[in-house]
Amino acid sequence: MKRRDFLKSTTLASGAFLIPSFLKPLEAMASADMTGYKNLVIIQLSGGNDGLNTIIPYGNDIYYQKRNTIAIKKPEIVTLDDMQGLNPNLSALKEIYDQGWMSVINSVGYPNPDRSHFRSMDIWQTGSEANQFLTTGWIGRYLDANCAVNKDPYTAVEVDDTLSLAMKGVKMKGIAVQNPAKLYQSTREPFFKELVDEHYSTHLNEDNLGYLYKTMIETYSSANYIQQTSKTYNTTAQYPQTAFAKQLKSVAKFINSGLKTRVYYVSLSGFDTHTQQQNQQGRQLKIYGDAVAAFVKDLKQAGKLDDTLVMTFSEFGRRVEQNASNGTDHGTANNVMIFGGKLKKAGIYNNAPNLAQLDNGDLKYEIDFRDVYATLLDKWLNVNNSQILNRNFAGLNFV
Amino acid sequence: MDSTKKTAHLYARAGFGLRFADLQAAQHLTVKQTTDGLFKASDGVVPLKVVATNSNYKDADDALTKKMFLQQQRQLQKDLNIAWITQMSKGNAQLREKMTLFWHNHFACRTQNPWYAQQLNNLHREHALGNFRTMLLQVSQTPAMLQFLNNQQNKKGHPNENFARELMELFTIGRGNYTEQDIKESARAFTGWGFNNNGEFVERNFLHDAGPKTFMGKTGNFTGADIIDTLLQKKETARFICSKLYKYLVNDTPDAAHVNTMADVFYNGNYEITPVLKLIFTADWFYEDKNIGNLIKSPVDFIVGLNRQFYVDYKNPDVLLQFQRTLGQVLFNPPNVAGWPGGKSWIDSSSLMYRIKIPSTVLNDGVIDFAGKTDPEDEAALAAMPNINARKDVNTPAQSQPNWDEFLAAIPHGTTKAAIAQLLLATPLSNDLMQMMNKATNTKAMAIELVSTPEYQLC
Repeated sequence: MKRRDFLKSTTLASGAFLIPSFLKPLEAMASADMTGYKNLVIIQLSGGNDGLNTIIPYGNDIYYQKRNTIAIKKPEIVTLDDMQGLNPNLSALKEIYDQGWMSVINSVGYPNPDRSHFRSMDIWQTGSEANQFLTTGWIGRYLDANCAVNKDPYTAVEVDDTLSLAMKGVKMKGIAVQNPAKLYQSTREPFFKELVDEHYSTHLNEDNLGYLYKTMIETYSSANYIQQTSKTYNTTAQYPQTAFAKQLKSVAKFINSGLKTRVYYVSLSGFDTHTQQQNQQGRQLKIYGDAVAAFVKDLKQAGKLDDTLVMTFSEFGRRVEQNASNGTDHGTANNVMIFGGKLKKAGIYNNAPNLAQLDNGDLKYEIDFRDVYATLLDKWLNVNNSQILNRNFAGLNFV
Repeated sequence: MDSTKKTAHLYARAGFGLRFADLQAAQHLTVKQTTDGLFKASDGVVPLKVVATNSNYKDADDALTKKMFLQQQRQLQKDLNIAWITQMSKGNAQLREKMTLFWHNHFACRTQNPWYAQQLNNLHREHALGNFRTMLLQVSQTPAMLQFLNNQQNKKGHPNENFARELMELFTIGRGNYTEQDIKESARAFTGWGFNNNGEFVERNFLHDAGPKTFMGKTGNFTGADIIDTLLQKKETARFICSKLYKYLVNDTPDAAHVNTMADVFYNGNYEITPVLKLIFTADWFYEDKNIGNLIKSPVDFIVGLNRQFYVDYKNPDVLLQFQRTLGQVLFNPPNVAGWPGGKSWIDSSSLMYRIKIPSTVLNDGVIDFAGKTDPEDEAALAAMPNINARKDVNTPAQSQPNWDEFLAAIPHGTTKAAIAQLLLATPLSNDLMQMMNKATNTKAMAIELVSTPEYQLC
């Protein structure tokens, strides 16, 4: 049966149960009440952001002793409490912090930390132990666990050209969308469309060919849903003119237009600052801070901030002591930043990092990153974290 | 089953896909003869020779020299990648390259030193069809692996267990066949294994723990070589490797009986690789319908297959790196020591869409409008770039040149559309696809459409 005929016959029968799941979203969109639909936005800072020059422990003399040339001078710091303050390039976040929409979790890491970028990123994205190799991401496993309810790829959207491992499960994977209009056009090119049209009703076996066609049809359907939904919302908020801000602007547009996506994923590169750190990191932090501030205000304006939680992480922090090139080398524990309209504990969540008791020059972790994940899974996405993290984590109280 | 289909299947699995030119040569041969032909074409070993020496920036201590040195190393890494993918695409030793790719994934390793990377790769190539025991021992002694799995830091009194753990979990016997205690004890046996400044393996006796160790039920003053011997005495090792080979060459789901047959040959033949491969390629079960057109091509299989079948030249070979990044498999950059997971994990919405777009890009003067993610290890270089935040609205011409004359000339006169399709696609032709093919105006257009289908992702 051809797609056209099929659509016609389902209209005649007007039985919703006849409509395959991949055609449902258009309907769901029309009827759904989106109030209270919770979103999680994950921001990945790639390269190992230096947390100590991000949320600066200016109240601790050791910080200034160990960072002779790259420490941020006290008068420049945007103080948060009498121990920690923001890098001046993050000054846009002060207003957000003061509103109670930001929380800083210090000393987040994991046992036996790995200092290589790709391995530590792998650990953060899969949620594995340091000596364990998982082939699925933690968000991917969330999709798997939840696939009876949310069976479409757009349940998790990465604003990028390609999909990160974090977003890949066994049964379910998220979808990468850099530009919804472009994705839509690509899937409507005659050849692509023809393949979908000719095959949507066949080939959906459990074998690999079935999987390929299923993926293709879901892409086709999701591209349509994302484009048709998001274009209904006109962004009026002002964003900085950076690629990263543009990505967050897309996320806000998705959220504000009522896209039924639970998890968004965005990355910002350029944090591997072995040399001349102050300028390089400062430049990236300004891009980050200005964009996040605009994003949070946009959501507040649209009444969505209470339903949104933003988590920012990096694969590791950097060593406490600077190196000889005015930079810092790969370290271990780091801070995680949380934003949202309904934080249970806003502000500085726990003690500033202990700079006196180090592990071979590196910060000792005090909070396992999977306790942060567990909190998001249990209290925000409403799934039992042990299902996704392979063992149970107690979680935290920031939300 | 007709012999063309068998030949196509054999070439898809033992190599990177069948060409009409290959088919003409193989037309009147038995499966055994074709198999022997593939081995014969792989007799010689052509090593990669992109990196001329092992250079070390510790020789130069000023910042500028160091920076230039690192840039040069990065360029060599790229060159090495392109040299290998070009050798796979153009060389005659398809089987050897296909198996080199298997060992590249089995002994997954990362190193920032291109000389070490090339050395390990050449070792995989040299032993790809040879002896697993020899390869395992030599791989364990390469600077790339010693560094990657921290054996350089494995010292008497301060054992580092990383190498010992992965040796058992991933390289030989597999999970469930050893204890944590076995890891601890064998790590002591490998203490002192390292490499010197020239990148040569050294047994640093002063760092070696010569005391007695109890490993897998036996006690003795074991060395690293003893541990490897013990692991190879266990039949589980033969089974573990054969199961992985089966998944790579036959089916995602291993068949216990077939894997056991392979493991017998492997184990009794002192871990010679060629007899196991010949057993697979000449077994009746290898040609059963359920084992044909059911494997999802890896990105490298996909790119190399396209290059081979259409004789593609790249004016700008960086495009080959871009494809690898976008599709999720960059040679020499496996995600971790367990390698690329493969199978369905290759395919998500975007990677599938790029796979469907790439053929028209490469074969029909297309424009590339996507960018893959930066490898985490390239972040440092990225951080230092002034234009790092420039929006990459990439629209690069592929600048690739297929050789259509060569492609078309090899197709015998009067070959039906269905026969052409059957050579390019491993799955049975659906009616819908046949209809699409019949609408195609010429063979060239039809070929491009055929390789732009989900079916083409299978082999």
